[in-house]
Amino acid sequence: MSLNHILLLEQALNGLQFGLMLFLLAAGLTLVFGIMDMINLAHGSLYMVGAYLIASITAATGNYWWGLLFGVMGAAAFGALLEVSVLRRFYQRDHLSQVLGTFAILLMCNEGVRLIWGSQPVALSTPESLSGPVQIFSGFYYASFSLFIIGVGLLVALLMYWVITRTRLGMQVRAGAANREMAMAMGVDVQKLFTMVFAAGAALCGVAGGMLGPVMAVQVGMGESILIVAFVVIVIGGIGSIRGAFLGALFVGIIDTAGRTFMPMLFAQLMSPEAAANAAPAVASVLIYLLMATVLFFKPRGLFPVHG
Amino acid sequence: MFSKFLRKSIVCAAVGVALAASAQSTDPVKIGFLSTLSGPGAGLGVDIRDGFQLAVKLAGNKLGGRPAEIIIADDQASPDVGRQAADRLIKRDKVDFMTGVVFSNVMLAVGTPTFASQTFYVSANAGPSQYAGDQCNPYFFSASWQNDNLHEAAGQVVQEKGFKRVAVIAPNYPAGKDAITGFKRFYKGEIASETLPALNQLNYGTEISQLRASKADAVYIFLPGGMGINFIKQFVAAGLSKDMTLFAPGFSGDEDVIKAVGESMLGMFNTSQWGHDMNNPANKRFVAEFEKEYGRLPSLYAAQGYDAALLINAAVRDSKGKLSDKAAVRKALQAAKFDSVRGSFKFNKNQFPIQDYYMRVIVKDAKGRVTNRTMGTVLKNHGDAYVASCKMPA
Repeated sequence: MSLNHILLLEQALNGLQFGLMLFLLAAGLTLVFGIMDMINLAHGSLYMVGAYLIASITAATGNYWWGLLFGVMGAAAFGALLEVSVLRRFYQRDHLSQVLGTFAILLMCNEGVRLIWGSQPVALSTPESLSGPVQIFSGFYYASFSLFIIGVGLLVALLMYWVITRTRLGMQVRAGAANREMAMAMGVDVQKLFTMVFAAGAALCGVAGGMLGPVMAVQVGMGESILIVAFVVIVIGGIGSIRGAFLGALFVGIIDTAGRTFMPMLFAQLMSPEAAANAAPAVASVLIYLLMATVLFFKPRGLFPVHG
Repeated sequence: MFSKFLRKSIVCAAVGVALAASAQSTDPVKIGFLSTLSGPGAGLGVDIRDGFQLAVKLAGNKLGGRPAEIIIADDQASPDVGRQAADRLIKRDKVDFMTGVVFSNVMLAVGTPTFASQTFYVSANAGPSQYAGDQCNPYFFSASWQNDNLHEAAGQVVQEKGFKRVAVIAPNYPAGKDAITGFKRFYKGEIASETLPALNQLNYGTEISQLRASKADAVYIFLPGGMGINFIKQFVAAGLSKDMTLFAPGFSGDEDVIKAVGESMLGMFNTSQWGHDMNNPANKRFVAEFEKEYGRLPSLYAAQGYDAALLINAAVRDSKGKLSDKAAVRKALQAAKFDSVRGSFKFNKNQFPIQDYYMRVIVKDAKGRVTNRTMGTVLKNHGDAYVASCKMPA
C-alpha cells in the first residue's frame, strides 16, 4: 500500500474517531432538545465534569478503568441531579429563558471546577495497556487507544440503537420525541423518563470525556468548543433523531478532519507555508458550517426530521 | 511677596522630596507578575512564578533590601487579557517592574503600554525577535534568551548528528516563526515539511499522519507545555518514534513534559541555556532550595524566573533604591551583577543575553528519575541575529 493510501486510511480513522465522539455528545443533546424541547447549553459542562471525575478517580486509584467506570456513573448522577433540581423548571419556559438559565449553569460549572481542581489542566493518561501503537498491516501503525475509542463509540451506538428500537423505554423515548403531548396522554411517566434521558445523556458525555480526556486535555472550558460542533451535528441530523445524530456526527467528523488535513496541503501548493498556515485552518474550520448550510438549504428540518 | 511665595514653595518641594525619598527606602518594590496561569500553557507560568518567588523568599522577601510586593495576574495566554491586566498593573497598582509573560504574542501586546509608561520589563521567558531588532527598547531586558536561540542550538545539534531530511512543527504565533527561523539558520539540510498548527492545539492526528507521509528522518518540534505533552504522547502512540528521531528545544524536553509523558522520552536530545545538573554554586543552591520548597525538580522556566528576580534584586540594590531615576535603574540592569544559575551571563547592546547554549539528553539518573543530563556546549558566548538592526538609544 502506498503512503498516500496510508494517509487517506489514517485520516479516515481519525475522522471516524472524532465523529463517534461527537455522536456521544450529540446523542444526549438531541434527545433533550427533541423530547423536552429544551436547549441545554450546559451539556458541555457534563462532558467536562465527567472528564474531571474520571481524571481524579484515575489518579486516586491508579487505574484508568475504575476511573472510567465511576466517572461515568458520577457524570450520570450529576446530570440527574441537575435535571431534578434546576432544569426541570425550565421545560415550560421559552427558549430564551432556557438559553440564559443553562448558560448560567455552564458558567457556574466552570467556576466550580476551577475552585475544586484549579485552573491548570489535570493530567489524565491513556492506560498502560493501550498507550502503544498497533500494527494494522505492514508499514502502518495506529495508536491503540484511538482504535479503542472507535470501538467504544461503535459499541455505544449499537447499544443505543438496540435500546431505542427494541425496548419499551426506547419506544417511550421515540414517542416523546415525535409527539410529547400525545405520549403524555398515553400515560408515559414523563418526569421519570426525562430524568432518565438526561442521566443517560450525561453518562454518554462522561464516556466521551473519558475517551477524549487523555487525547486532548482535561481543562476548564473544554466543553464549550465541542458543544458548538455538537449543535451543528444535531441540526444537520434533525433534532431529536438518534440516527440523524449518528450520521451527522460521522459526516462532520470526517469532513472536519479531511479539511484540516488536506486544506493545508492544498494551500501549501499555492502559497508560502506561513500564509498557508494562516489561511488553511480558517477555511477548514468553515467547512462544517458550509455543510450545515447546504443540508439546511435542501432539508430545512435536517436529514432525519422526527417531529411530524 | 512673590519671592516669599517662591521660597515657601521651594521649601515645601524640598520637604516633599525628602519625604518621598525616605518613603522610598521602606516602601515595597512592586512587581507586576503577569503570566499564563490557566490553560495548556499554565505549567510554564507556574514554574516561572515558583522560581521567581523562591528567589524573593531566599532574599528574605526583599528585593535590593526593600520589601518586595509581587502582584500576580493571569493573562490566560491571550494578548487581549494580557494587555488589560498590564494596564491595571501599571496604572492602578503602579508597579516598578513588570515580568512573567510566557508567550510572545502576549508579550508584544503587553510591551506597548509597559514601555509607554517607562516601566522596566524584565523577561523571564518571551524574547521576541521584534524586541531584539528594530523595535528594541531601553525598557525591555531579557533575562532568558532571544526566541531563536534554543532553536539555533537545536539546528546545530541536528546538523552535527547528520540528519538530512527534517520535518519542522511549531505553533503559528511570533515565537513559533522565530523558532523555525532560528532552527533553519544552523540546520542546512532539507526541510521535509513545515507545519504551523494553531497555538494550544491539542490533537495532532493530522500532523502525525502528514509526518508519516513526509518520510522525514528526524522531526523538530517547538511545542511548549501541554502542546508538547500531547504531541509526544500521540507521536509515540502512533508508532512514529520507530521511524524518525525526535528533537526539541528545552521547552518540549523539560521536567513539565517529562513528568507527564514519562519513560518514552528517554534518549531524546534537547537544547537549553541551563540544566539542573550544571555545576556552579548558584545553581546548586537554586536546585536544592527549589526541590525543598516545591518537591519537584525545577525546569528551565523556573530557572529563568529565579534569574529574573535576581536581576531585579541587583538593579534595585545598585540603583540605591531610587527607582524613579530611570537611567540609574537601566544602568544597574545592564550591568547584570548577579550570580546567574546558568553560569556566565551578560547583556548585549540590545539588552538580550550573550550566553552559552547546551545539549541535554533525557536519561535515568542515579536516583532512578527520568530527567535531563547536560552533555556539552553547542554555542558559546552566543548573542542573537537581530542585534545589528537594533538602534538602541544610549
